[in-house]
Amino acid sequence: MAKTVIHFENVSKLYQLGEISTGTISRDLSRWWALSRGKSDPVSKIGEVSRKGPDKELWALSDISFEIKQGEVLGIIGGNGAGKSTLLKILSRVTKPTTGRIRIRGRIASLLEVGTGFHPDLTGRENIFLNGAILGMRKNEIQDKLDEIVAFAGVERYLDTPVKRYSSGMYVRLAFAVAAHLEPEILVIDEVLAVGDAEFQRKCIGKMKDVSQNEGRTVLFVSHNLASVKSLCSKSIFLKNGKLEYQGETDLVINQYLNNQTQNQSEFYFEAKENQEAYLTSLKITDHRNQLINSFLNNDLWKLKIGFHANDSIKNLVVAVGILTSDNILLRSVFSNPFQTEMGNYEAVFIENDIVYSAGTYQIIISLSINNHVIQQIEDGIFITFEETQLQHSFIKTKNKGLILNQMKIEILSV
Amino acid sequence: MEVGPHGKINQLFDHQMSNSDENWDLEIVPNTGLFDINWRELWQYRDLILLFVRRDLVATYKQTILGPLWFFIQPMLTTFMYVIIFGNMAQISTDGSPKILFYLGGITIWNYFQECLIKTSETFIANQNLFGKVYFPRLATPISIVISSLFKFLIQFSLFLITWLYFLFHKTPGVIPNITILLFPFYLILMSGLGFSFGILISSLTTRYRDLRFVISFGIQLLMYATPIVYPLEIASEKYKWLLLLNPVTSIVEAFRYAFTGHGNISCYNLLYSILFMIISLFLSVIIFNRVEKTFMDKI
Repeated sequence: MAKTVIHFENVSKLYQLGEISTGTISRDLSRWWALSRGKSDPVSKIGEVSRKGPDKELWALSDISFEIKQGEVLGIIGGNGAGKSTLLKILSRVTKPTTGRIRIRGRIASLLEVGTGFHPDLTGRENIFLNGAILGMRKNEIQDKLDEIVAFAGVERYLDTPVKRYSSGMYVRLAFAVAAHLEPEILVIDEVLAVGDAEFQRKCIGKMKDVSQNEGRTVLFVSHNLASVKSLCSKSIFLKNGKLEYQGETDLVINQYLNNQTQNQSEFYFEAKENQEAYLTSLKITDHRNQLINSFLNNDLWKLKIGFHANDSIKNLVVAVGILTSDNILLRSVFSNPFQTEMGNYEAVFIENDIVYSAGTYQIIISLSINNHVIQQIEDGIFITFEETQLQHSFIKTKNKGLILNQMKIEILSV
Repeated sequence: MEVGPHGKINQLFDHQMSNSDENWDLEIVPNTGLFDINWRELWQYRDLILLFVRRDLVATYKQTILGPLWFFIQPMLTTFMYVIIFGNMAQISTDGSPKILFYLGGITIWNYFQECLIKTSETFIANQNLFGKVYFPRLATPISIVISSLFKFLIQFSLFLITWLYFLFHKTPGVIPNITILLFPFYLILMSGLGFSFGILISSLTTRYRDLRFVISFGIQLLMYATPIVYPLEIASEKYKWLLLLNPVTSIVEAFRYAFTGHGNISCYNLLYSILFMIISLFLSVIIFNRVEKTFMDKI
C-alpha cells in the first residue's frame, strides 16, 4: 500500500472580514480617543453597529480532512470562493490554518503563479537559480539540473538575455521547467496551464504524468479546466463554500461538480435582443410527458423546446443544438431545416428519439442562424444529465462502453 | 469530528488513515509561540540569501550608464556639498580633522546604516507578491539586504580608505589612527544590527500602519542630525550631549572616527549602551517580525 504523503486533519481557516485596523495610526488614535471619552467611533461606517460580529468572519475552509498517497495526482475543483486557493496557501505555508493540522512527508514545491520571484533585469540563467532557491533548492542541485531545465523550457538561445525581453510563453515555460525539475516529492500546481501554447500544455501534462507515474511523486493540481483535471488526475476533491463536498474518483467528482453547478435548472429565459432580426427567448428541457426536468435515465426520451422571436419575416432561419461532453468534445450537432418565419414567437422542439448517451453530464449549446450565418449562440450554464440504466436489449453494464450506447444491427450467420 | 452529509466518505478515508503514524517531514499547525523561530531552516536557505544579495547588487545598476560608479559618485558629491555648506559656510568644527575626511567618514558609515534601515523596512510591502505565493523563511529577505548593503558599504569605504591613506602619508595633522581601529569590524556589526532591527521593526509595523512609511523618509533625516555626522560630538554642550548619546548610533560613529583619526569623544560606557541597545532591539524586533510574518498575509 502506498504511503500517505499529505494528511489533512480537520483543517479550518477563519478570515476576519472588514478592516481589522483602520490602517493608519492617526485614525487608530482618533478612534481610541473618541471611544475612551464615550463618544461614537469616528471611523466606523454609517449604519455599522459593531465592528465585530458573526457576519464579520468567514470560514474559508471548514473541517477539511483528506489524505493523498504517494504518486497520486489529486485534482482540486470548485467554484470561485470555494476555498481552493486558501487550501493551497495553507499547504504552501503562505498562511497558517486556524485549527487542525496537516502533516507532510517529503519536500513540497508549489507552482502557484507563473514568474513569481522572477526579476526582469536578471538573465534567464540567473533567474533559474533565483527561482530554484526560492522554491527551496540548493545551488548545486540547480546546477546539476540546469541543462535539463533549459532544454525543457526551450530557451537555450536566450539563457543570458534578461527575462524582461522574453515572450510571455517563454516566461511560463521557464517557470514551469524550474518547478518541474525541482524534484520535490510533492508538486502543487495552480492554473499554470492556462498560459502557454497547446504544444507546451501537452508537454506539461506529459511531464506531470511522468513525474507521478514513473518517479512516484505526488501532484496536487488545481484547475478550472475540467478536461485537463480529467486527463491528469486519478482522484479529485470538490470544494464548495469551504467544505469538502465530495472526494473520490475524478470522473465521479466532476459529475458531482457539474450537477451541483447547474442546480438542476431545466428552464431558461434569455434577454430580448430587439436589434436582431431574430433572437432566442427560452429553452425548456422536458421528458416525453412535457415535464420540466434535466436529469434522465439514459434510455429516456427527452425534448429540448427552444423558444425564439422573429422581428420580421425571415428566410432560411435555422435552429441548432449542440451537445458537449464534460471534456468539451462536441459530441453532436443537430440543425433544423431552413424555414421561413413571419413576425412573431415560435417554438422549435427537438426530440431525442434514438441516441442513448452514456451516463454523465453534458452541456447543451443552442444557436440561431440565418443563411448559414450564426446570429446568436448560447452556451453557458445549460446542462443535461443522464444516469446509468440497464439497457433494454443489453446485459452489459453501460459504464466505460463509449459515449453512445446504441446497438447496431448485428447479424450472426453460420458460414 | 463533525459528520456531515459526507460523513460516510470521510469515514471511509479515515479508515485508511490508520497506517500513517510514522515520521513526517513537516507539520503545518496553527500559529505557534512567540519564540518559535526556525533557525535551522534559515540556514538551509543560505543559498537563497546569497542569491538575493546577488540579485540586489546586479539589478540595482544593471541599466545605468555609470554602473557601480554610482557607489562612488554619491558619497563624493555629498562630501563636496557638506564641505562647502557645513564646513566653509556654516564653519562647523570638524574636530581638527581634515574636512573631507571628516564628512566622508560620517557619510560612508551613515549611508550604510540608512540603507540597512530603509531597505529592510520595506520587506513586507515590497515582497507582498512573493510572500503571498511562496514560502521561505521570511528573515532571509532582510538578512540579504543587510549583506548586499555591506557590499555597497565596502565599495564606498574603499573610497574613504584611499582618502584616509592620502592624508596619513602626507602627515596631515588630525589624522592619528590608534589601536581601536581593530574594533572596526565590530562597529560594523553593531551598525548592521541596529539598522536591521530598526528596519524589520518598522517593516512589521507598516503591515498595520501604512502611514509609517512616510514617517521613515524624513525620520531618518532627522535622525541623521541627531547623530554626529555633520558635526563632532565635541561641540555639543553638556546640556544636549546626553540627549545625543541616547541615540545608540552616536557612540558608534564617534568610535569609528576615533579609531581612524584619533578625534572622537567617546567612553566605554557609551559603547556598552549601544551594544545593549542593539541586542535588546534585535531580540524584540525578530520576535515581532516573526509574529507578523505568520499573520500578515491575512491582513494585507
